[in-house]
Amino acid sequence: MTDALLTGADASTEVPLKRRLRRAERTRQVKALALVAPLLLFLLFTFAGPIAGMLWRAVDDREVRQVLPQTIAALASWDGKDLPDEQVYAALAGDILAARTAGTIAIAAKRLNYALNGFRTILTSTARNLKAAPEPGTARETLGKINPAWRERATWTTIKDASGPVTGFNLLSALDLTRNADGAIVAAAPDQAIYRDIFARTFLISLAVTAFCLILGFPVAYLLATLPPGRSNLLMIFVLLPFWTSLLVRTCAWIVLLQSKGVVNDSLHWLGIIDAPLRLIYNRFGVCVAMTHVLLPFMILPLYSSMKAISPAYMRAAASLGAPPLTAFLRIYLPQTLPGIGAGCLLVFILALGYYITPALVGGAADQMISYFIALYTTETANWGLASALGAVLLLATILLALVYGKLVQGQQVTGGMKN
Amino acid sequence: MSDNSSLRTPSQRIAWSATIVISTLVFIFLITPILAIMPLSFSSGSYLTYPLPGLSLRWYDDFINSPRWMNSLKNSMIIGVASTLLSMVLGTLAALGLAQWKSRLKPLVLAFVLSPVVVPGVITAVGLYFFFAPIGLTGSYLGLILAHTALATPFVVITVGATLQSFDTNLARAAASLGASPLYAFRRVILPLILPGLASGALFAFATSFDEVVIVLFMAGPEQRTLPREMFSGIRENISPTITAAAVVLTTVSVILLATLEALRRRNERLKGSST
Repeated sequence: MTDALLTGADASTEVPLKRRLRRAERTRQVKALALVAPLLLFLLFTFAGPIAGMLWRAVDDREVRQVLPQTIAALASWDGKDLPDEQVYAALAGDILAARTAGTIAIAAKRLNYALNGFRTILTSTARNLKAAPEPGTARETLGKINPAWRERATWTTIKDASGPVTGFNLLSALDLTRNADGAIVAAAPDQAIYRDIFARTFLISLAVTAFCLILGFPVAYLLATLPPGRSNLLMIFVLLPFWTSLLVRTCAWIVLLQSKGVVNDSLHWLGIIDAPLRLIYNRFGVCVAMTHVLLPFMILPLYSSMKAISPAYMRAAASLGAPPLTAFLRIYLPQTLPGIGAGCLLVFILALGYYITPALVGGAADQMISYFIALYTTETANWGLASALGAVLLLATILLALVYGKLVQGQQVTGGMKN
Repeated sequence: MSDNSSLRTPSQRIAWSATIVISTLVFIFLITPILAIMPLSFSSGSYLTYPLPGLSLRWYDDFINSPRWMNSLKNSMIIGVASTLLSMVLGTLAALGLAQWKSRLKPLVLAFVLSPVVVPGVITAVGLYFFFAPIGLTGSYLGLILAHTALATPFVVITVGATLQSFDTNLARAAASLGASPLYAFRRVILPLILPGLASGALFAFATSFDEVVIVLFMAGPEQRTLPREMFSGIRENISPTITAAAVVLTTVSVILLATLEALRRRNERLKGSST
């Protein structure tokens, strides 16, 4: 339309006007971007930056290189087949003496101990017993005498693997993998291979909670979408009130309900169904119940939105064409709710994957999900590399699922039925 | 009612009855925990069990006279209000910009802006813990306010953006053609029209900060503990009925937020109804 106007315009003003329009549009776009820019910069500092930092920590491996610089440099030319030569031993002795003075032995010891159990002792005992720099040519003998581990190839491979500056060690550990002395990727030792189980547990709990939410949420969403607006708005309070109630309040409430002298056990006892209180909390059952309660509104609301959009005329048409009610429901109604089901399930599953507070408070030791271990390694044991690697795996899973979710709700509101 | 009359066959009636029965049970499941915890806060005994030995306000007394709980309530308010204000400014500007911005990159930018909602709390918390510690932002109000703002802003972008979608841009053009400066047009024309969206965005933002606990767990020092954080340690250590009093306070805040939001929605629907 603009073009039509322009071609009709005076030839002498045509080009400048076109250019002016384009320039005005460009200014508008720049202004629009300038309005978004503060938030983007803010999120870069408070969100994207920190997460990128965490991902970097998952592969960052400069600790050993800082404490034992000469050893790392000398090991660079080592082929890894036999024991390294005298010069490497001398470099290590020099590094250990320097690190003992600087008080940095523990940093390297901690990192090497993650890779090879017992390395802390090897390094600290050597640091303690090494009196002075060995005579030229005797370094290998001296160190071997202090700790025979220096006569083993695996000790040196461990140091070489930890020479940084980046490593796949933590990411491999997060998947129960490790490198053997020859550098091949193999399964980790059984006592360290716990993370696949934890990921599987996280996945299973999330899947179960999603299934429970769908089973419980579908009839409710259907009822709310079918009832006249006045009554469904009133019943919506039952969904929105828990949705808005603090997570901590709801978790605390479930402890009150499910504890051994709680309301549920008392009621069952009073009804004569049980003699002794059932164990309903601090186990998998409690986690699933509390998480289903917390996440159920996230299932009901998208389901409700998608059902609300289905015209009742379709069902009437199906009935008038002679379809039995069940057939009409299965063939006409259900397929139209599939986007809502998909969105609700994905949303609940994504949120469940990262759950920390609820399992931490109502779960037992065997019900803790991956977030618990990320938190544990960050604040308690300060194994930041591993915490970051586990976080990276969880983040990757979340992003992949969120991309699928984005595809599903494309065209729908971005709120995904968060409200109305 | 009209739906019930359209149910002709017995099987349909049975299916409908089953829906009602199951839904009722789910409603009970949803609401019971919240209702069950409330009376316990009025108990005169110190066990969280029914029947109540008697009624008293001693746990509220305990709550109000405990410097720890009162400090946590104050912290929740400070951090909640500050991060709401900050996220309102950032989120509204961004929503206004995104509404005008035409680019193939827009979905990508929008996904990035909304991502703090989706990323698990622990990941954000661990990242911030590493990132903020060296620059002295852990154990500080500022650090918590910045972190909560990042989590809350997506809700402002969503709600204000949704309001802007129904906003007639010709009104802004009309204001400009009548000689209004962009700022004046924003204040007198755009702002009053998007105010309901702004208000619900603010409520969502405040609720997000008020309920957040994972980041506070990682980043708050003893001085900055919020109400949910205090409840977390309370539940972990021993559940004293003072927690139930705190829970009632938290729930009251939620109900007020929800009621305000509902009132806004009704008002909005009424306005829409009258304009057509």
